[in-house]
Amino acid sequence: MKNPIENLNKYFDSRVRLGIMSALMVNAEVNFNDLKELIQVTDGNLASHIKALEENGYIKVHKGFIGRKTNTTYSATKAGEKAFKAHLEALEAMIKSSR
Amino acid sequence: MNDQNHHLDTLQDIKQMMERSSRFISLSGLSGIAAGSCALVGAWFAYGVIEPNRGAANNLRYITAPGSPDISIGDWMGNQLVQIAAITFVAAFILSFIFTYLRSKKTNTPIWGTTAKRLMINVMIPMVAGGIYLLKLMENQAYGLIAPGSLIFYGLAVLNASKYTLHETKYLGYSEILLGIISLWFIGYGIYFWAIGFGVFHIVYGTIMWWRYERNPSHEGE
Repeated sequence: MKNPIENLNKYFDSRVRLGIMSALMVNAEVNFNDLKELIQVTDGNLASHIKALEENGYIKVHKGFIGRKTNTTYSATKAGEKAFKAHLEALEAMIKSSR
Repeated sequence: MNDQNHHLDTLQDIKQMMERSSRFISLSGLSGIAAGSCALVGAWFAYGVIEPNRGAANNLRYITAPGSPDISIGDWMGNQLVQIAAITFVAAFILSFIFTYLRSKKTNTPIWGTTAKRLMINVMIPMVAGGIYLLKLMENQAYGLIAPGSLIFYGLAVLNASKYTLHETKYLGYSEILLGIISLWFIGYGIYFWAIGFGVFHIVYGTIMWWRYERNPSHEGE
């Protein structure tokens, strides 16, 4: 029997990362403050999770400006979308199989 | 067994975060009830202006010269009705805003965030187009078409907005569009259709939404 846990992606094993990926799946781009408000987490905590996801190629960072104010937005990469979808499917499979 | 619950919770969390990030979820059912009530009050006043004058306009025509062209009811009372409509609209908007603002505190969402802006823009586009259309209708004295037109445009605006807020809103949109189309066969009875479309429908819809989302706060998003 296939190990049911093997398809879960350990990169998404955190509520903050789940929140980031969820938001990026349904919005083309989300900025830092929106993510912070959505997940209700500190600046530093959010930044470190973002960095980890970015280093793994799951999200892309766009640093820009609105006038003079800095505005950083994030989007999911194709690899990130694919990995997250697989993770969701694995979760569903796990729930179904242990019924 | 516990693992299963954990995964279910995770999926539930994910679904909720997707909703919260793309839709404005703080829309309150109480806003609908308040807006509907304002509309009914406004319709009451408008009825008070229209009915006595329906007879008076007809009498006036008879007196001036039988066979002369109808004095349009619109010409007679246009100004008062527009005032009533404007006051009703402003009152409904303010009350709706207050209830939604209060709810946004509970859902922990900023009242003027990305989702709210997106919702506003998508509501405003059909409403502004409709508003210009209705103003021109008034200018061209096609008063009978104003009620159907306003219901249809409003329904389209709500339908568009439903993608950016609570999804049940789309049923309100469908109802308004349908009512507007039906009212095209009953020109002259606009005030009744207005009372139903902007009054009754909002109260019904608002109550359903309140019942589903706000009656028992622990069941948020059920």
